Amino acid sequence: MSTEATHKKGAHAALAHHFEDLEQQREAGSLGMWTFLVTEIMFFGVLFMAYSLYRSMNPEAFAIGSGFLNVELGTINTGVLICSSLTMALAVWSAQARKDKKLIIIFVALTMLLGMTFLGIKFTEYIHKWDEHLIPGLDFQYHGPFAGKVEMFVYFYFVMTGIHAIHMIIGLGLMTWILVKAAKGRFSPEYHAPVELVGLYWHFVDVIWIFLFPLLYLIDRHLPPIH
Amino acid sequence: MSIASPPTDHRERVRTNYLNHSYGVKSWLLTRDHKRIALLYLASVSFFFLLGGVFALLIRLNLLTPAGDLFSADNYNKLFTMHGIVMVFFFLIPGIPAVLGNFLIPIMIGAKDLAFPRLNLASWYIYILGALFTLYAILSGGVDTGWTFYTPYSTTFSNTYVTAAGLGIFITGFSSILTGLNFIVTIHTMRAPGMTWFRLPLFIWSLYATSIIFILGTPVLAITVALLAIERTFHVGIFDPALGGDPVLFQHLFWFYSHPAVYIMVLPGMGVISELIANMSKKNIFGYKFVAFSSIAIAVFGFLVWGHHMFVSGQSVYAGMIFSFLSYAVAIPSAVKVFNWTATLYKGSISWQTPMLYAIAFIGLFMIGGMTGLFVAALGVDVHVTDTYFIVAHFHYVMVGVTLMAYLGGLHFWWPKITGRLYPELWAKIAALIIFVGFNLTFFPQFLLGYLGMPRRYHMYPPEFQVLHVLSTAGASILGIGVLIPMVYLIWSMRYGKIAPPNPWGAAGLEWRTSSPPPVENFLETPHVTWEAYEFAPREELEIIGKVSVDDRAG
Amino acid sequence: MGTWLPFMPEQASTVASRVDNLYAFLVATTIFFTVLISSTLLFFFVKYRRRSEHTIPKPIAGSIKLELLWTIIPFCLAMVMFFWGASVFFAQYRIPENASDIYVVGKQWMWKFQHPEGQREINELHIPLGKRIRLTMASEDVIHSFFVPAFRMKQDVVPGPNRYEQMWFEATKPGAYHLFCAEYCGTNHAAMIGTIYVMEPKEYAKWLNGGATEGTLTQKGEKLFTDFGCITCHKSDGSGRGPVLEGLYGKQQQLTTGEKVLVDDNYIRQSILSPGSQIVAGYQPIMPSFQGRISEEQLIQVLAYLKSLAPQQPTTGGPTENPVPIDTTNVGKK
Repeated sequence: MSTEATHKKGAHAALAHHFEDLEQQREAGSLGMWTFLVTEIMFFGVLFMAYSLYRSMNPEAFAIGSGFLNVELGTINTGVLICSSLTMALAVWSAQARKDKKLIIIFVALTMLLGMTFLGIKFTEYIHKWDEHLIPGLDFQYHGPFAGKVEMFVYFYFVMTGIHAIHMIIGLGLMTWILVKAAKGRFSPEYHAPVELVGLYWHFVDVIWIFLFPLLYLIDRHLPPIH
Repeated sequence: MSIASPPTDHRERVRTNYLNHSYGVKSWLLTRDHKRIALLYLASVSFFFLLGGVFALLIRLNLLTPAGDLFSADNYNKLFTMHGIVMVFFFLIPGIPAVLGNFLIPIMIGAKDLAFPRLNLASWYIYILGALFTLYAILSGGVDTGWTFYTPYSTTFSNTYVTAAGLGIFITGFSSILTGLNFIVTIHTMRAPGMTWFRLPLFIWSLYATSIIFILGTPVLAITVALLAIERTFHVGIFDPALGGDPVLFQHLFWFYSHPAVYIMVLPGMGVISELIANMSKKNIFGYKFVAFSSIAIAVFGFLVWGHHMFVSGQSVYAGMIFSFLSYAVAIPSAVKVFNWTATLYKGSISWQTPMLYAIAFIGLFMIGGMTGLFVAALGVDVHVTDTYFIVAHFHYVMVGVTLMAYLGGLHFWWPKITGRLYPELWAKIAALIIFVGFNLTFFPQFLLGYLGMPRRYHMYPPEFQVLHVLSTAGASILGIGVLIPMVYLIWSMRYGKIAPPNPWGAAGLEWRTSSPPPVENFLETPHVTWEAYEFAPREELEIIGKVSVDDRAG
Repeated sequence: MGTWLPFMPEQASTVASRVDNLYAFLVATTIFFTVLISSTLLFFFVKYRRRSEHTIPKPIAGSIKLELLWTIIPFCLAMVMFFWGASVFFAQYRIPENASDIYVVGKQWMWKFQHPEGQREINELHIPLGKRIRLTMASEDVIHSFFVPAFRMKQDVVPGPNRYEQMWFEATKPGAYHLFCAEYCGTNHAAMIGTIYVMEPKEYAKWLNGGATEGTLTQKGEKLFTDFGCITCHKSDGSGRGPVLEGLYGKQQQLTTGEKVLVDDNYIRQSILSPGSQIVAGYQPIMPSFQGRISEEQLIQVLAYLKSLAPQQPTTGGPTENPVPIDTTNVGKK
């Protein structure tokens, strides 16, 4: 009850005033991130649900639309993103186990590099669509069978990958923040919650892509072209 | 603060409270104190309540005559749309959680603040940003789609500021999401030692259930409104049949959020009422666990009933049956609450002060609102009454009436804690009576109108409905006067009210074991809870945590 | 309830009294529980009012028995309401056979009607007493809702290339009744109202013969079938580039995807407005879309014509999702 009791003497510099100890703070952070990811699932869930619904109603049109996508680039991007998950996991591991801040910096920087590679490739794909006049609503020049529903497929493609890309960009921003903190030597085996949380977020964004890729690029790929 | 701090220092600290420890606009706009953020919400939410109320009065005035002489059809349509948007998204949904919840959750569980204070402030700014978009839509000409934004009218046919209003709702949604997240994490991780789940006040349980809906439902609305905005802007999308879409899909997505949103409005109110009933009768809540779990049950079942808004939209009759069945299921936990509240009063020591009056009014309105819910859940009757004034009356009772009673009741009950001043009891009683009468006179005739076939959202109507419309308008003016009275005397009391003791009601609950108003970190030391919820004791035994001397309490 | 304040609209259809009976039951239940709870509340409120600031009442934890009691009784009551409501609902929405057709088009902001005999009306509908009427409804723009309070019936009319909504009623009392649009549809939503005139069969027959028409719906449809050039591909001898349509209505049709679909109103509508979406096995997707070229009313005329090509053999349609009325017919070939 005496005043100094409420003031944590020798408390960790990173401990916010309203937490009792670092453990509570870490727990709150991690529960917060998990809860946030649940909201993200509901957010993307609507898109996945609507996509599946229209895909099941218009399988031919969506197969044609899917044919416009570049599977090679999509596959490369999937690989890039999986690798970035690995480097992110290594960054978390180095924050947990090592005191060496260099290791964290290296792995986070690698993850960012891979993330930017993904976005670069994604951007190239968008440019291709632009050149091919496949921008729904603005410049959509496909007039073959099922044109309306094919346009809807491409619309889904842009909305879903676009929102995913926005999440990637936010992730890159968070990692920049981690990079700065790490460079200042803020992380230690006792305090590294931010690295873990950003790691969680990044893995989630990867998992979303793991669902997007087959749904958009791969379904009905095996169908032979119609003669 | 130092080891050598003398005992007199304590009194100093108690006198420093969250209101007076710093001054200036900046100390408010950049605050991370949940109590100050709650007051920021109180101001903004009250503003939107007044705005929505003005729209409501204009609507009622227009309906005085069958020809709707006051406004043109377009302006009338904009009025009821903006009334709905402002009231639902900017008053009813944030009302109790963001004001009372924000203020009370940390204090009630014995924490110093919410888990993420900066995020809490950010939520308020996001709310304001969303509100600015909506205000922009209103000021530049308004929206006329109805707050439900049904497609394809909203995507293709309306010429009003749908996108701006939609963006406003999209943005405000994130404020709800982040608030819900903050509450959930706080309730899980920040409880004081000894504060077990079943020692939590029922208000906390109800806000926990509300937060579940916030985080599961709001993202669905957010993405749906975003898709609507994209569709409207680029003429490509999934809702307009002319683009190959399905307008009923929009209804499914919209109500997947917006039905649970009704529980976002009602559940916190139920929590407030549990507090008022228990504390104003000095009785522990009868069947605590049943009341606690009924909140969770309502939140869960609430997600399974959205299709009951679409019984006549051409969805399958079998889907209609399932949704009807589930809607009846969600009625049971609500009934359980009402019975338990009533039983709580048995052999209590019931105060007749204002908060109790609001609690009784709440139960009365909730009975009518809830029971008429059984009418609209019955498929055969819903076919006739859906989209009529019966629905308007039903949802005003169940989400507006009860939320308003709980909000005002809670505000009166915790006003001494929030401001450190007492409100004038006589005025408060008069206002409560006027509001109750006004509300019933406004909305009860609308049940009759609805069953007679008067459709909602009509700018003019056949003359045989006029008598009931005039009654309703008369009620609305009484209600309007009624809600202005508390605004006046509550503001007055902030300066001139009697100084409030730490526990003016002799209530149980941690918030009454700290000074009024509380210090910045809520308690002078971390409380250790050794008592059950609603364990009442003679006032002398309720100690203020952090050892306040007797003079302090008197002062 | 002939007081100055009526509580119910006129009962003018076969389902109206069923809806009102359930309503009366619900009102009675509500009054019972409201009175029960409020009087208990007020009794406690007065009896146990605070007499001294210092009294601390004895805590009562609760009672499982009571909790069960007030869970189970409301649940049973709720189930009664549920089954009752559902049974009324089925009476409202199971569309009976041998109902006479009337076609409805909703648009901002009017209701347009076509009788099979060729009469057309706007915002007024004349129907015979004691006869089952089936409405087949389409919307030209946004969602509307066809609501006749006196019949206790309502059905949203959702726009879309494959959507006809249907509802039915049988009027039991001559008179003029309100028709409302119940789904908000824009500026003049409140003006999208009309009157349903229920007439004695004799009067109705007189009314039908009264106005001069340019032929029945079927005749108009047949003319459109030629005018739009449908007949050049859909030849009745099977030599055309499109399927034969005689006797097709009510039959199963095999598609290129191998799927079989029922040829009903919605199928025909979709085949005309977006022909590419369902191609009959053995044919090429060469038919142009008539979206925007054919009006909703003309579409209805063509539909009536195609339905008339079906042999007149009553069949029963199994209960489908949207109780699609396979009213009378079934025959086959396209």
